[in-house]
Amino acid sequence: MLTKYLFYFFSILAIFASVMVLMSKKPIHSVLYLTLAFLAIAGHFILLNAQFIAIVNVIVYAGAIMVLFLFTVMLLNLNIAIEHQKSNLIKITAVIAAGLLFVTITGATKKLDIVYNHNQVVTQIGMVKNLGKILFSDFRLPFEVSGILFLSAMVGTVMLGKKTGD
Amino acid sequence: MLIFKLILIVSILLLSLLIAMYSTLFERKIAGFFQDRFGPDRAGPGGIFQPLADGLKLFFKEEFMPAKADKFLYILGPSLTMLVALLTSAIIPWGPGITFKGTHYYFQVADINIGVLYSFAVVSVGVYGIMIGGWASNNKFSLLGAIRASSQMISYELTMGLSIIAIVMMTGSLSLKDIVTAQHGFNWNIWYQPLGFLIFLTCAYAECNRSPFDLPECETELIGGYHTEYSSMKLGFYLFAEYINMFISSAMISTLYFGGYNFPFMDSPALSVNAVGIIGTFVLFLKIGFFGFLYMWIRWTLPRFRYDQLMNLGWKKLIPVAVINMILTGLGIMIFK
Repeated sequence: MLTKYLFYFFSILAIFASVMVLMSKKPIHSVLYLTLAFLAIAGHFILLNAQFIAIVNVIVYAGAIMVLFLFTVMLLNLNIAIEHQKSNLIKITAVIAAGLLFVTITGATKKLDIVYNHNQVVTQIGMVKNLGKILFSDFRLPFEVSGILFLSAMVGTVMLGKKTGD
Repeated sequence: MLIFKLILIVSILLLSLLIAMYSTLFERKIAGFFQDRFGPDRAGPGGIFQPLADGLKLFFKEEFMPAKADKFLYILGPSLTMLVALLTSAIIPWGPGITFKGTHYYFQVADINIGVLYSFAVVSVGVYGIMIGGWASNNKFSLLGAIRASSQMISYELTMGLSIIAIVMMTGSLSLKDIVTAQHGFNWNIWYQPLGFLIFLTCAYAECNRSPFDLPECETELIGGYHTEYSSMKLGFYLFAEYINMFISSAMISTLYFGGYNFPFMDSPALSVNAVGIIGTFVLFLKIGFFGFLYMWIRWTLPRFRYDQLMNLGWKKLIPVAVINMILTGLGIMIFK
């Protein structure tokens, strides 16, 4: 029963925060609302018994990536957003595109609900132990490949950040 | 059980606040000792009421709000810092617990199976309070302090995580309860992880923004750092949160490396379960007290780092050493287990 209320709480919080990301006038408020949205999503993960993903979501997104966002906004001093006046054509296109995306996602989720059998869900899959075992056995190759991808991205950043000439 | 948990939560909260309050006095007394003077000794016998006087002073000071400050964020900053400082106390096992009328009460609010990662997440969210406060003050020095604080905390978080991984590898569990139970008696992690302990200690100092890593509030360069524009109880919250962070991180160091509530001879038949429970909690607080003292000892002994030295130490020295420590731990586990 409590889970149900918590689900609604986190859902409303996530939607509210996401809407506020778009509505806020100051970029810094947008960034903070986005962090709130990530925290609400982490709450959803905990409700799904995926504690590891929830906490990694907090560490990586709320703790690292959003801080870098905040950094950039602070350093660029984007206090009041410079409102770019968009033409009506772009606005109408954006509304239609977003509407189509919404319809697609709703349709896909509805379809998914019929296929999905709630009784056969493995509830323990989100635990660190099970997740680790699966990552290092069934999904070994994709896991290692993504690791190498991250490493190459890191090396690339260091190379780009290096001063030229030494 | 629910009532027990409630009592535990409230008592931990009050205890953290009380200890943070008296750490301020203790710190000033120690500073006095190191500088060959008395320290505060006017309020009450030996200055025992000094924290109360300080608290009252902070409450009655003028609430100042800088012009053009972002009002909501200006208040959110210190509140968030305080909240995050208190969050980690939920997962620390405070004692082996006591048996009362046939039920065993373990002194831990929540034994979550991702305990170590939880504390790590709390640390990484801890940056926000300082960043928001520093930015909302609308002051260059505050902003510089906030940026210093956050880049320092992000850098040292990585190393901290790498040093904790070695402990997790040894125990095979992320739960703090399991980590403490694995260190039963005198089988503490420090005997296996001396290098990891040193790395963790350094990172804890950097995460708490304590000297020699207190660059975010370096007064010779930045006036007061991120809390330059804060006054009254909002400033009090920032300062108070620092002491709570010290207390909690001392508790974490004791738990991870020094056996938490474990003490030698705890299996001796002369001690009943309840006696072990009470002595265990007492021992944990002794360890916390020692690490709290170490924080102050280092603060009044070592000079402050320069910012580039801090970053060099974090990225070019501590991270490689932490990775080597991790590999050595892996090898050790492979050979000896």
